[in-house]
Amino acid sequence: MKKKRGFFAKLNEQKWSFLFIAPAVLLFVIFVLGPLVASLYWSFTEYNGITAPKWVGLANYKNIFFNDPRFWTSIRNTVFYTVGIIPAGVILSLLLAMAIDQRIRFKNFFMVIYFIPSVTSVIALSVIWKWLFAGEKYGLINYFLISIGLKPIDWLMSPIWTLPAIIIMSIWAGIGYNMILFLAGLQTIPTSVYEAADIDGANTWEKFCNITLPLLKPTMVFVVIMGFIASFQVFERIYIMTESEFGIGGVLDSALTVVAYLYDMGFRKLQMGYASALGYIIFMVIFVITLINLRFIKAKVDY
Amino acid sequence: MENLKSKHFQNVAIKGVIYAFLFIGAISIAIPYVWMFVTSIKPVEEVQSYPPSFIVKHPTLLPYHDLFRLIPILRYVWNSIYVSATVTIANVFFCSLAGYAFAKHRFWGRDKIFFVLLGSLMIPWQVNLISGFILIRKLGWLNSYNALIVPVMAGVFGIFLCRQFIMAIPDDLVDAAKIDGCSEFTIYRLVILPLIKPVLATLAILTFLQQWNNFIWPLIVINSSEMRTLPLALSVLNGQFGTRFAIVMAGAVVATTPMLIVFLAFQKYFMEGVAMTGLKGYSKM
Repeated sequence: MKKKRGFFAKLNEQKWSFLFIAPAVLLFVIFVLGPLVASLYWSFTEYNGITAPKWVGLANYKNIFFNDPRFWTSIRNTVFYTVGIIPAGVILSLLLAMAIDQRIRFKNFFMVIYFIPSVTSVIALSVIWKWLFAGEKYGLINYFLISIGLKPIDWLMSPIWTLPAIIIMSIWAGIGYNMILFLAGLQTIPTSVYEAADIDGANTWEKFCNITLPLLKPTMVFVVIMGFIASFQVFERIYIMTESEFGIGGVLDSALTVVAYLYDMGFRKLQMGYASALGYIIFMVIFVITLINLRFIKAKVDY
Repeated sequence: MENLKSKHFQNVAIKGVIYAFLFIGAISIAIPYVWMFVTSIKPVEEVQSYPPSFIVKHPTLLPYHDLFRLIPILRYVWNSIYVSATVTIANVFFCSLAGYAFAKHRFWGRDKIFFVLLGSLMIPWQVNLISGFILIRKLGWLNSYNALIVPVMAGVFGIFLCRQFIMAIPDDLVDAAKIDGCSEFTIYRLVILPLIKPVLATLAILTFLQQWNNFIWPLIVINSSEMRTLPLALSVLNGQFGTRFAIVMAGAVVATTPMLIVFLAFQKYFMEGVAMTGLKGYSKM
């Protein structure tokens, strides 16, 4: 009895706390946790979104892994996309950050310019780049190729060039964002370290290899891991640049990424159980990448 | 002396290379935007003329005129503003409220609940795409503002950000207010809120940006014409009039310009916000 009163007294004391977190927690349970459990259930069913789901056990997962060439195409494309943008994107944005970190004029002007694509919607960027890549001749990029003596490319209509085109756009769009992260990392390196190296007679290259790179490692790891996660989830630019009456993903599925495939299965082919299973596979992959990320961040503390 | 001179020359050369690199980079960033704008004021016969030209011989507002005639673009601008602003205000309020409780209150299950919330940051949104759609349909919210606003009114990342910031506020301040007889909500309003303004500004800007540019969720829960937000409208425009580039570029200008103005006005906050949070999901890579 006494204990019970204590509990209620405590509850009264804590009612403000619960009141304060209630909106956030309720929204979380309804719109994150609930759907998460529901999609796990649906991933074991055959479900078209209209009639009742039919339990099929592990059949969706088995089919995805063992008899679905489109899934493997989408994995291959996603890996190709990721490998295509991360090294070039990281190197370019690091170079930019180091250039801006020097004592130069118009520092702020450059930062603003490079950051602009990061505040533009990917949809707008994609329609602009679709237009840049367009046409045999009148597209700006093909005109450039012709004027330097190369042959024009039918970028978004060719199974070979669609994904590279999207990669080029993505590198362009992402460098400013990563530049800001690298710049923040560079500013944590004390100038005294460089001064000490100057006194020891180190040249620029030695300073870069022995000071900048090692001290920038945490930022580098962060940028690369975030890049992995984001490019594994790439969808919007694929949707805009490859949408046609035949669906999304480009000619012969040449730019079908994993999330584009999920969207296609779920919302065009209405195989929602199957698409839920795809969602969980994406979840698992990103979960593993995040765990690796956490391992790295822990490692950084004790070097 | 000779040595010093060559050293000086070397420095000038390095500076030159750096400026050249930065200028070429800046020009390559700018060209697509300039091209978007130039195309949007070209008459039809100039759009696909060869060679392509940045100089418009007969500038015209016809593409914009067509755009306004073909789709209710002002309605879409309003939808985007309304949804982004509401979500932003809701996040600033709910996240700071919850962040305060998680940072300064002691209550049953506090750390466990927070841990679960934090863990959910690892969940990619795709996994809830199907079930989120079904839930919205069950609630009868398809094609409504509710569908766009309610699910994202209290983002976990915002709660985390606020909690981290509020934890740095000394307990003494909160305790002193308690001794003065302030209610919990008064403490939140008069002690905590004024002190966390910088982080709320960051949260507001990043939330607004994310909502303004959000595409996939509206794509799934909105299919009536008048409820579209700008990115969705632009994608439909691209699907229907994909070959009439001047009109699509006019749409891109309308969709891009408002955010560009906000960015130029608050650039410092944007870039500091990204540097501070390194926000997942905002990366364009």
